Amino acid sequence: MGLDFGVVPGYLGALSVGAGWTVVITVLAGAFSIVAGVLFAVGGLYGHPLIRYPVKAFVWLFRGTPLLLQLFLIYFGLVEIGIDLNAFVAGVIGLGLHFAAYNADIIQAGIVAVDRGQTEAGRTLGLSRYQTVSRIVVPQAVRDVVPALGNNMIALLKDSALVSVIGVAELTLSAQLAISKTFRPFEFYFAAAVFYYVINLCLEAALSRIERRMEAAR
Amino acid sequence: MSTTESEMAGNGPMIDVKNAAKRYGTVEVLRGINLQVRKGEIVAVIGPSGSGKSTFLRAINNLDPLSSGEVWLEDVQVNKPLTSYQYERHINRVRQDIGMVFQHFNLFPHLSVRQNITLAPRMLKRLSKQEADGLAEQQLRRVGLIDRIDFMPSQLSGGQKQRVAIARALAMQPKVMLFDEATSALDPELVEEVNFVMRQLAESHMTMIIVTHEMGFAQDVCDRVLFMDGGMVVEEGSPDVIFRNPSQERTRSFLRKHLKGRN
Repeated sequence: MGLDFGVVPGYLGALSVGAGWTVVITVLAGAFSIVAGVLFAVGGLYGHPLIRYPVKAFVWLFRGTPLLLQLFLIYFGLVEIGIDLNAFVAGVIGLGLHFAAYNADIIQAGIVAVDRGQTEAGRTLGLSRYQTVSRIVVPQAVRDVVPALGNNMIALLKDSALVSVIGVAELTLSAQLAISKTFRPFEFYFAAAVFYYVINLCLEAALSRIERRMEAAR
Repeated sequence: MSTTESEMAGNGPMIDVKNAAKRYGTVEVLRGINLQVRKGEIVAVIGPSGSGKSTFLRAINNLDPLSSGEVWLEDVQVNKPLTSYQYERHINRVRQDIGMVFQHFNLFPHLSVRQNITLAPRMLKRLSKQEADGLAEQQLRRVGLIDRIDFMPSQLSGGQKQRVAIARALAMQPKVMLFDEATSALDPELVEEVNFVMRQLAESHMTMIIVTHEMGFAQDVCDRVLFMDGGMVVEEGSPDVIFRNPSQERTRSFLRKHLKGRN
């Protein structure tokens, strides 16, 4: 029996909805991962030891274990201690924390690379340590690592497919549902791949716009 | 400085450094320096590289804390021994009164010229946006760069960057300005515009301590010159004395090397 892409158009609506959720999850988890990444980076570099070491341990743990396992732990595991998250929230948090750990490393490297004269100039004006870090050092560090963060966002988009296994009705799960009705795995996985690819193109276009704007502020 | 001069200034010195010493491990970078600067006085610090003159300057706002000795700004001890929490509040307060200009400008590259100048006044003096903008415009007029107010630092020449850095420091309305080789990183043709601004500032009776390699500028603008070598003040006096008739052989030999090829 040959391939029959004729079955796909009937499910384009369902796939589009799934793709829409993939975008929503990516944007939310991505924003969360960058904000949390900045906090982990700053906490890991400047925090009181009581903050610094737990943050470092956390980052190390989230980079050292599989994302899939982390999702299971957050979605199925936390219920045992009374934290019952719905699949969508669990997915966003899991993806967000996982990529926050990677972002934290990148942002830390960016912070360390900001010229010491910047901190000195801020402190000399009378700004506090915190004001100098938050207004002068971190914005420059983040600006400098935008390309690396962008790569992580692309990885996050692709890895968002994993949240289908905890039942979030995103693009991959939508494709699987269509397959379960039509028994056409190649067609629908391929269609989903095309969707991912198109979303990725949009994401890359957005990232390169951001990079260009950042470049202008150098 | 004689007692009569200090009385003429109305009160004590603006800056009073007592027995400043600094060690990095076993290396003595500063070996007991004393300096009093009157209000409105302009002091140049010259000397070979490695003589400790930048370290000394950076000790005045405690950017490079001393190992021992005291730094006073009027009646406030800059390097007061405090717990770290108290120290942080204290030093942030004191530094608002001590403007500093760096060799490499250290403008904030992610902020416009306007934002570079208004950031600290807005955050620390709680100025409104209008007030801070007014202040930025006023200071930029002073350094002749009002037409660059909405430029990014990357769009400016080195001389312009340094003039913005001066405007940024002035916007905090400091009592003293410290210049750490403000023109050393500039192309020769850009030095004069920065010197011009510093001269103007001198004429407005700003108290200034200037670490410099430019003997001509020190001679023209400063009231007093300190020659440092090996972490000590070797000789100190009016520009006329230091440049025309220094008493110390080390001063003479430094000036011979430095003035060679000039004039």
